[in-house]
Amino acid sequence: MNALTQTWVSVGSIEDIPRRGSRCVDYGEMTIAIFRTIDDRVFALEDKCPHKNGPLSQGIVHDGCVTCPLHNWVISLETGEAQGADEGETRAFPIRLDDDQIMLGLGKS
Amino acid sequence: MSDKQKLVVIGNGMAPGRMLEYLFERAPDAFEVTIFNAEPRVNYNRLMLSPVLSGEKAYEDIITHDDDWYKTHGVTLHKSARISSIDRAAKTVTSDSGITVSYDQLVIATGSNPFIIPLPGHDLDGVLTYRDLDDVERMISVAKTGGRAVVIGGGLLGLEAAAGLRRQGMDVTVLHLMPTLMERQLDPAAGYLLEKAFQDLHIQVLTEASTKQILGYDGKVVGVELADGTRIDAAMVVMAVGIRPSAELAKLAQLETGRGVIVSDAMRTSDPDIFALGECAEHRGQCYGLVAPLYEMGKVIVEQLTGNNAAAYTGSVTATKLKVTGIDLYSAGDFAEADDREEIVLRDAAAGVYKRLVLKENRIIGAVLYGETADGPWFFDLLKKQTDISDMREMLIFGQAYQGGAPLDPSAAVAALPDDAEICGCNGICKGAITGTIVSKNLTDLDGVRAHTKASASCGTCTGLVEQLLSLTLGDSYDPAAVTPMCGCTDLGHNDVRRLIVAKGLKSIPAVMQELEWTTSCGCAKCRPALNYYLVCDWPDEYADDYQSRFINERVHANIQKDGTYSVVPRMWGGMTSSTELRAIADVVDKFDIPAVKCTGGQRIDMLGIKKEDLPAVWADLGKAGFVSGQAYAKGLRTVKTCVGTDWCRFGTQDSTGLGIRIEKFMWGSWTPAKLKMAVSGCPRNCSEATCKDIGIICVDSGFEIHFAGAAGLDIKGTEVLGMVKTEDEALEYVVALAQMYREQGHYLERIYKWAKRVGFDEVRRQIMDEPAKRKAYFERFVFSQKFAQIDPWSERVSGKDKHEFNPMAILQLEAAE
Ligand code: SRM
Ligand SMILES: Cc1cc2nc3c(=O)[nH]c(=O)nc-3n(C[C@H](O)[C@H](O)[C@H](O)COP(=O)(O)OP(=O)(O)OC[C@H]3O[C@@H](n4cnc5c(N)ncnc54)[C@H](O)[C@@H]3O)c2cc1C
Ligand code: SF4
Ligand code: FES
Repeated sequence: MNALTQTWVSVGSIEDIPRRGSRCVDYGEMTIAIFRTIDDRVFALEDKCPHKNGPLSQGIVHDGCVTCPLHNWVISLETGEAQGADEGETRAFPIRLDDDQIMLGLGKS
Repeated sequence: MSDKQKLVVIGNGMAPGRMLEYLFERAPDAFEVTIFNAEPRVNYNRLMLSPVLSGEKAYEDIITHDDDWYKTHGVTLHKSARISSIDRAAKTVTSDSGITVSYDQLVIATGSNPFIIPLPGHDLDGVLTYRDLDDVERMISVAKTGGRAVVIGGGLLGLEAAAGLRRQGMDVTVLHLMPTLMERQLDPAAGYLLEKAFQDLHIQVLTEASTKQILGYDGKVVGVELADGTRIDAAMVVMAVGIRPSAELAKLAQLETGRGVIVSDAMRTSDPDIFALGECAEHRGQCYGLVAPLYEMGKVIVEQLTGNNAAAYTGSVTATKLKVTGIDLYSAGDFAEADDREEIVLRDAAAGVYKRLVLKENRIIGAVLYGETADGPWFFDLLKKQTDISDMREMLIFGQAYQGGAPLDPSAAVAALPDDAEICGCNGICKGAITGTIVSKNLTDLDGVRAHTKASASCGTCTGLVEQLLSLTLGDSYDPAAVTPMCGCTDLGHNDVRRLIVAKGLKSIPAVMQELEWTTSCGCAKCRPALNYYLVCDWPDEYADDYQSRFINERVHANIQKDGTYSVVPRMWGGMTSSTELRAIADVVDKFDIPAVKCTGGQRIDMLGIKKEDLPAVWADLGKAGFVSGQAYAKGLRTVKTCVGTDWCRFGTQDSTGLGIRIEKFMWGSWTPAKLKMAVSGCPRNCSEATCKDIGIICVDSGFEIHFAGAAGLDIKGTEVLGMVKTEDEALEYVVALAQMYREQGHYLERIYKWAKRVGFDEVRRQIMDEPAKRKAYFERFVFSQKFAQIDPWSERVSGKDKHEFNPMAILQLEAAE
C-alpha cells in the first residue's frame, strides 16, 4: 500500500467502544468492525467472517482475537486470518490512535 | 448362593472398604457379603472431609464406592442401620432398625468415636464433633450464619476443622491445652511455626487454655469460659480432643476388649470367627488413628479369610501430613529428646523452612519437616528400613536431591528412587508397583493410577510424585491436563473452578483468572461465558455482570440469525395469549417490515429477520402491549409449556395452565448452566410433553408428579421421576429447589439430564425429596437471586442501557476515502 494514497479518517473516540468489545463503522455497502482489546489496542476488520460472512463485530473479543458468533471460528484481529485448523482471511484495515481518537486508514487498495 | 460363605461387616468405613476391594480381587465369588453402616450413605474418603468443609471439594468428589459398586459386587449394604447386638451362639447380628442377618465370618469395623469432654454445657445445641459427613454438614450450616467458632483441641483434626471453618467465613479461635500445637506429632519449634501460620490465616490460637464450661442461652451455644475467667463468644464449639476406639458392641458380646477390641496377629478377636479391623481394633497394645495401618490389617484379614492362616499383621510405623491448603507439614516417628539421641536441624527463616531429624545409632528415628516436605517420604523410607546413614550424614538434611554429588532436579530425584521406595504412604504403594501398573495396564492418567493401584487415592498428598512417575514412565505422551480442563486457558476442570470461586470468595473474572492462574491474559470465548455464569450464580447481589463475556444473543437479548439479523420472541406465559397481544404483534410486524413470523416449538411466537438497529424500537412497541423478553436466547429459563388442564379439558385433573404460568412468572429471568425448559401436563396423557423436558410436572388426581432430566434435542431421553407432592405450593417449592441445585452444581452448557447423571439421580432425589432443610435452603437462595434477575432486559434497553450496542459508531461517506 502506498503511504501517499492512505487517507486517515477519524471514526470516533476509543471510549465509544467497550473494552473487549467492538463497534461498527458503515462504509458504503461495507461494514467495518472496530475492536478494542483489554489493553486498549484497536483493530479494524471487515465485519465479515471468512467462513460464512458472520458479523465478527458481534463476537467475543479475547487476547488479540475475536470468536465469530455464528460457528466459533477464531479470527486474528491484527491480520484477519483464521486461527487454528480453519483457513481463511478477512480484510484488515490500518488503524491508529491519535490520543483517544481512532483514525482508520482507508487507502485505495 | 447357598454354597457361599456369609461374610458380614459391621461398619462401612475406610478400613472395610479397602478390605473388600482386596477380597474381590483375590476371591470375587467366595463370599456373600452384607455390610451394615450406621451412616445413611455409601463409603467415602473420610480423609477428605476437610476439603469438603473448606468448600474445596464436594461430597460427590470423595465417594469411594457408589451404589453401582455394591450392585456390581453383589454386596448388600444396609444404610442407616446400626448393629446393636451380636449373638455369638446363633452367629447372627441385629440392627437397631430390626434387621437380623446370620454370618459365617464377621468383621467388626466400627471405627472410633470422637471424645467429648463432659464439661458443663457439652450437650448444648451447637456443640459439634468432627468425624463424619453429617458433622461437616452441620458445621457448614452453622457457618452460613456467620459468627465465631471455637475449636477445642489443636491437634490434626482440630486444626483442619479450624482452617475449614475460617474458609467458610467464620471467625475462629483454637483452644489448646498444651503449650504448642500438635505436640504429639511436632516438636515445639515446628509447633510454634504452625501457630504463626494459623495466625496468618487470621485464626486465633490460644495455647495452655483450659476450658471451664460452655455457655448457653435457650439451649444453644453462645460462648465458652476458660479456667482463667476469659469468656469467648461462639456460635459453634467443635470438640476435637481425641478419639476412642468404638468397642462397646464387642464388649457387649463378651469379646475380649481393652482400649479397643483385642486382636491377634491374625486379626482375630477372642472368637475365631470374628475379626476386628480398623480404628476399633487393639493390636499388641496399640490402637491406630491413621489409615495406612488399617489397610495393612485389611490385607491380612483377606489372606486369613481365603485360607492363608500364616498371614500376620505385625504393627506399623506411621507418618502424618496436615491437610491445610498453604501449610506444608510432615512428621514421622519419635522426636522426643533423650541422651542417646542426636539431631540435625535446618532453619531457613526467610523461606519459612524448618527441618529436624532425630537420629539414634546413625539411624533416623524421627523426622519433622515444616515449610518444605517433599523429602518426607524419603526420610520415612530411611526410617522404616533402619538404613545406616553414616555415609550421607553431612548432606542428609538437605534431602535426597543432594545425595551423591550434584543436586538433582525433582524429577531426577524421583527417577533415582529405588523401586521399593514408598510413594503413597496411606496405601503403602511403592514406586515399582506404580510404574509396573502404568505399563501393564496402559495407564495414561492420574485417575487410571488411582483406580488400579490406589496410589494418591486417599489423602492425595503424593499426587505430585505420582504425576512425576507418570511422566517418567510415559515420557511426552503423558498429559497431566487430561482431566478435561475447562478450556485452553487453564488446567482446571469446571468442578474445581466452581468450587474455588466459592471457597476463595472470588467475585470477578479478573480475580478468578489471577487466583486460579489462567494462562491467557483475558480468557477465551469458552471460559469467559462460563465464568460469568458461575459468578452471577454464586454472588447474585455482588457480582457485576460482564456483558463482554456473554455470547452475542445474551448480550443483546435477541437471537442472531445466519444473515446477521435477529429474531425476537416475547414471553407468552404458559403459552396463553390474547387478541390484544396478537394485535400488538401484528402491528409490530407491519411497522418494522419483519419478514417472517412463526409459531415456535415452545408455544409462542417468533419474529425473525429484524435489523439490529431496530431492536430497541421493536421492544418499545412490544413493551407497551405488556410483553417482556422471552429469553429465547438465554442459558436460562426458556418456556413452561402447558396444556389446557381443568380449565377446558374433559380429562384435566389440576389447573396445569395456572401452575405453568405461576412457575414461569416465578422463575423467568433466572440464569442457568444451560437452557432450562419446563412443562406442566394436566393428566398422564401428557399433551405438553412434560416427560421429555428438563423439568416436568404431570398432574394426577392425588397431586403432582415431578419429573426431571428429560431431553428431546441432540439426545432423546424420557424423564426420571423425582417424586410426588400434594399441593401446588409444594410443587413450586420442589421444582425451584431442584433448579437451584442444578444452578449451583451444573457445568456451563451442561443440560439437567447430563448434570443429574453425573451427580446421580438418587442423590438429587435424596436432597430435594428427603431433606426438607436442604430443599428450603435451595429455594431461599433461588428467591434471593431472583431479586437481581427479574428485570426485563428489553425495557432496560428501551430506556437506553447499552445504547452503543445498537448503533454504528460512525457512518462514512464513500467520498471520504477517495
Ligand atoms: C425457534 C425454535 C424453533 C421453532 O421455530 O419452533 C428454536 C430455534 C432454535 N433452536 Fe431450538 N428452537 C425451538 C425449540 C426447541 C425445542 C422444542 C421445545 O423447546 O419444546 C427443542 C428440543 C427440546 C430440548 O431443548 O431439548 C430444541 C432444541 C435445540 C437444541 C438442542 C439442545 C440440546 O441440548 O439437545 C439447540 C442447540 C443448542 O442449544 O446448542 C437449539 C438451538 C436453537 C437455536 C437457538 C439455534 C441457534 O443457536 O441459533 C435456534 C434459534 C432460532 C431463533 O433465532 O429463534 N434448539 N429447540 C423453538 C423456540 C422455542 C421457544 O419458544 O423458545
Ligand atoms: C476429618 C478427618 C481427617 C482425617 N485425616 C486423615 C489423614 O490425613 N490421614 C490418615 O491417615 N487418617 C486421617 N483420618 C483418620 C482416618 O479417617 C481413620 O483412621 C479411618 O477412617 C478409620 O477407618 P475405620 O474403617 O476404622 O473407621 P471409620 O472410617 O470411622 O468407619 C467406621 C464406620 O462404622 C460405622 N459404625 C460404627 N458403629 C457401628 C455399628 N454398631 N453398626 C453399624 N455401623 C457402625 C460408623 O458410622 C462409620 O461409618 C482423618 C479422620 C478425620 C475424621
Ligand atoms: S432444528 Fe433448531 S437449530 Fe436446527 S435448523 Fe431448525 S431451528 Fe435451527
Ligand atoms: S460465519 Fe463465522 S464461523 Fe461461521
